[in-house]
Amino acid sequence: MSPPVIAVNALTKRYAARTGTVSALEEISFSVGEGEFLTVVGPSGCGKSTLLKILAGILPATAGEARLRGTAIAGPRKDIGVVFQSPVLFPWRSVLDNVLLPIDVQGLGRDGHRRDALDLLSLVGLQGFEERYPWELSGGMQQRVAITRALVHDPALLLMDEPFGALDAMTRELMNVELQRIWMEKKKTVLFITHSIPEAVFLADRVLVMTPRPGKILEDVRVASARPRSLDIMNTPEFGEHVRRIRGHFNVKGGIDA
Amino acid sequence: MSRARNIGISVILFIVLVSVWEAMVRLFQIPQFILPAPSKVAEALWRGLASGVYFEHLYYTLVSTVLGFLLGSALGFGLGTAVALSRRFEFFLYPYIVMFQSLPKIALAPLIVIWFGLGLSSKVVNAALVAFFPLLVNTIVGLKSADEERVSLMRSLAASEKQIFWMLRLPNALPFVMAGLDVAMIFALIGAIVGEFVGAKHGLGMLIQSMNFTMDVSGQFSVLLILSVVGLVLNRGISLIRKRVLFWDPSEKEKVEA
Repeated sequence: MSPPVIAVNALTKRYAARTGTVSALEEISFSVGEGEFLTVVGPSGCGKSTLLKILAGILPATAGEARLRGTAIAGPRKDIGVVFQSPVLFPWRSVLDNVLLPIDVQGLGRDGHRRDALDLLSLVGLQGFEERYPWELSGGMQQRVAITRALVHDPALLLMDEPFGALDAMTRELMNVELQRIWMEKKKTVLFITHSIPEAVFLADRVLVMTPRPGKILEDVRVASARPRSLDIMNTPEFGEHVRRIRGHFNVKGGIDA
Repeated sequence: MSRARNIGISVILFIVLVSVWEAMVRLFQIPQFILPAPSKVAEALWRGLASGVYFEHLYYTLVSTVLGFLLGSALGFGLGTAVALSRRFEFFLYPYIVMFQSLPKIALAPLIVIWFGLGLSSKVVNAALVAFFPLLVNTIVGLKSADEERVSLMRSLAASEKQIFWMLRLPNALPFVMAGLDVAMIFALIGAIVGEFVGAKHGLGMLIQSMNFTMDVSGQFSVLLILSVVGLVLNRGISLIRKRVLFWDPSEKEKVEA
């Protein structure tokens, strides 16, 4: 087997708060293999967004370490793409210019990446929208632009922080199917954070289940269903079993939303 | 179209208003040095324009307004940027700025005439002084208002502080800066006129003063008319620039639709 893309070892994050130290993550360890789709599911406040920020290099860890392709993550890196809960597009940039933002920031040269950007836009179903502006697009389309932007510099890892949380239920299901298609096409390693258990199971090769404060990994569930998966698999007994099992953890702990 | 109808109603309203004014003045035999009839104002306006006297003074007022506006806005923008970007600058400079801001700048006009003389420079300084603060305050607020998520995105792309400024903070501040320019333009005109009141050899403000001494009230009315047109035109000019620069700003789009 190839070496892991991400190796997280005893990662701990504590915040100083007025009431004392709050432990957001407590000695988390896991690894993600090349091309693997890992989802992290847990109730609000379980530190999953903290985990993502540490992996993105925009938040330092208190103890332990996270390695990406063998090198420790010590700050922002150019080989990571991040998709946030909201699309975070710049309204003064056209769709294409938004997608090319990482290229501009990292000085990679627009000429060499224009073609890639256009190809990616048509992969996510936005051909013909290159010259539009973000405010002319629906929420789902804006999030597609954000995904394209996260892929344009060909990162080793794609981090997604509840990217479909703000979308309506039907758009969200559609985006799940679309994301699977894009992932199968680009073969990226993905770490996807969500608090929707069905979404986590539908997308994942593996689901990490996290407990609320302090964030710990409760279980590492392997989802073996064949790809591409259609939304119909949500009605199969295996799918139902996974969802039930994960939900069971939260009912015991008494902290679940949605 | 209702647009044509609205214009028609506006014109009729204007005619009625002016006729009532004319009739009142004639009916009650109001002396000309209290309230001149519209016909007298029109006469004075015609006389001033045809002889070229008004144009000569208008030229001086316009030059000091525009130069003062440019100087004041540039300084306000520059200093605002320094304060927004540097903690140290803010700490040492802000107390003076606040103190100076609460001072009615117009009250400095007599001093400025002493320092800069009766010529153009004292009017420019006066206009610049009042145009300065709207820009300063709006630039500070605008540069500090960049959305946290957008900053996180830029950081996750390994952007430098300089890149975050040019690609995010500055364009993000533009709606505030443009609103500041809008106010500064009118303020600059006020500053220039007050400067001319206090002591000048040319300008519409000085013209109003000298007409006041000779009790030429219809003349004063005609100059006021010119001043309001000048204010309107300058304001429109800024609005046009603003629409072009801020095509992406939601508050601008609402105005276009309305």
